[in-house]
Amino acid sequence: MSFFEIFGFALRGVAANKLRSGLTVLGILIGVAAVILLVAVGTGSAKQVEDSLAALGTNTLTVQGGRGGDTGYRTDLTLDIVKALQDKESAPDVKSVSPVVTSAQTLTFGDASYDVNSVIGTYPSYFAASNSVVASGSGFTEEDVDQAARVVVLGPTTAEELFGTVDPVGQRIGIAGQIYSVIGVLAKKGSTGFNDPDDVAIAPLPAVQRSLTGYGPVSSITIEAASADAVAAAKAEITAILNAKMHVADGASSTPYQIRDASQLLETRTATAETFTVLLGAVAGISLVVGGIGITNIMMVSVTERTREIGIRKALGAPRRVILTQFLIEATLLSLAGGGLGVAAALIGANFEIVGIKPVVMPDSVALALGVCVAIGLFFGSYPASRAAGLRPIDALRYE
Amino acid sequence: MTAPGREQRPVLDVVDLVKTYGEGETAVHALAGVSLTVAPGDYVAIMGSSGSGKSTLMNILGCLDVPTSGTYRLDGVDVSELNESQLALVRNRRIGFVFQSFNLIARTSALANVELPLAYAGIKPAVRREQALAALDMVGLANRADHDPNQLSGGQQQRVAVARALVSQPALLLADEPTGNLDSRSTRDVLSILDGLNAQGRTIVLITHEDEVAAHAHRTIRLVDGLVVSDVRRRDITPVGVMA
Ligand SMILES: Nc1ncnc2c1ncn2[C@@H]1O[C@H](COP(=O)(O)OP(=O)(O)O)[C@@H](O)[C@H]1O
Ligand SMILES: [Mg+2]
Repeated sequence: MSFFEIFGFALRGVAANKLRSGLTVLGILIGVAAVILLVAVGTGSAKQVEDSLAALGTNTLTVQGGRGGDTGYRTDLTLDIVKALQDKESAPDVKSVSPVVTSAQTLTFGDASYDVNSVIGTYPSYFAASNSVVASGSGFTEEDVDQAARVVVLGPTTAEELFGTVDPVGQRIGIAGQIYSVIGVLAKKGSTGFNDPDDVAIAPLPAVQRSLTGYGPVSSITIEAASADAVAAAKAEITAILNAKMHVADGASSTPYQIRDASQLLETRTATAETFTVLLGAVAGISLVVGGIGITNIMMVSVTERTREIGIRKALGAPRRVILTQFLIEATLLSLAGGGLGVAAALIGANFEIVGIKPVVMPDSVALALGVCVAIGLFFGSYPASRAAGLRPIDALRYE
Repeated sequence: MTAPGREQRPVLDVVDLVKTYGEGETAVHALAGVSLTVAPGDYVAIMGSSGSGKSTLMNILGCLDVPTSGTYRLDGVDVSELNESQLALVRNRRIGFVFQSFNLIARTSALANVELPLAYAGIKPAVRREQALAALDMVGLANRADHDPNQLSGGQQQRVAVARALVSQPALLLADEPTGNLDSRSTRDVLSILDGLNAQGRTIVLITHEDEVAAHAHRTIRLVDGLVVSDVRRRDITPVGVMA
């Protein structure tokens, strides 16, 4: 018999047993789709955790000064130092540098007044560095800084305390007797500890200096590193620049400044990523086992019937090679159909949010799922057939 | 053994056939040394009580099973010396086997079932379709060619099975209680087909419980506990000429 004719036999075999074929395809479909989707959900939630950790500002470093130290030179954090830190040559891993002055003040709006936690004077880059997102209105610009414009962006807590239900954007408020225009309100960050990060008012640095703190040194400098991975390098560059500016001797036991970074957060992030990698591996493994057992079940259920059929075919004089080829083609057709439909189902399913998580399909998991499930389908589709084809016809006919 | 000229070489030549199932204490000697020869064109009924070894003998004759010891020559060829693919060829070309339980392939049309032996013989689809239809016509089921086995009565299924056994024109037709599951009418139908085939010179060996069925044969062999106890001929062998 030609291969073409045996292929026809296999097609007829698949078509003749629609229920069994359908169940086999379904078993493989579910196996493949389960593996891909479970891994996608796992990957999605890992990504979500990573994103929310990144939102906490793992890229930022804070330099605080005013720790004395007797180098015999000025050790204040000045705008001169800010300029030096902004130098791309000596600090390539630094993305932005934002000097910060803070002062606790009472804000007034009409008859209402509110003691804000801190009025922050800074540069526009501070918003990105501190993950402060402007929810309504806008932030201020470099131009506002140059002109020392009296504009202010309020934290959501501050805005609510002072304005209640009134839209703050476009209103004028008083800060220590000076009139400021409210140009924006920040999105809620949520409390991270004792401090409410939403209880702030952020204005251009020179405006705050002129009206509130004076033109002395800034209280801290917030620095954003180019990426989470560049934090360590950025820290080294900053240290070198500060040591040079403040004439700190090499190997000095104490420095007149302190650099705080989010190393703890970074560690958490790394640990979380590792946990998720292990978890994903387990999920993939378990779903492969589950899918594999499903496929095996379906395939084994039909072994008895098929063994008898093989017995009949052998009694009619079917050569072993023809039987094997037919059953291998059948198993291949069903496995490929199930695998293809499984991938399609998974890709469609991945478009929907599952338990609040947007699945992220990993190409590796598609290859793995297809490979393993199709291999199982092929094996359990053709191994019993090859065994049956090796039996004496009478033993195959009597098989139970 | 075979005298040249008049007497022909036997189709079946079985010497001291033994088949033992199991080992030691629990061993069952289904065949305890059966010897017999069947000449071309003969029509043989094998009788015996249940468990006497009839099916065991038939399965070995049909090359579906192998004996524990003894020799079996089919058309002068020692079957034990054939390899797997030669055996497939023998089952396909030389022997037509009819089972008591029909053994049609489910969810496959009568025509496709009858075509199977021809397909395995490598005959082209158009030709085998024609031959299969002719075989179905011969058993009176040409109008049921497209029916699946579960759409046919038991008698019709067995006639399809007979058509499948004879479609490749084997010289030897073996039938293990072909009428065992059939009513008297279907039994008559199947037997008249077998009678017709024998009249054309085909060698037939069938197993039966019933004397009326055995009466169609020309010779009756009785088995008891795996041994031949009687071998009675009632009619002469149909003169061969049609079959080569
Ligand atoms: N596959 C088998 N395994 C073990 N014993 C068997 C097997 N087939 C048949 N036998 C035994 O061999 C004996 C003959 O069986 P069988 O040839 O089927 O008898 P019959 O067809 O004459 O009723 C019985 O005792 C039966 O139990
Ligand atoms: Mg029997």
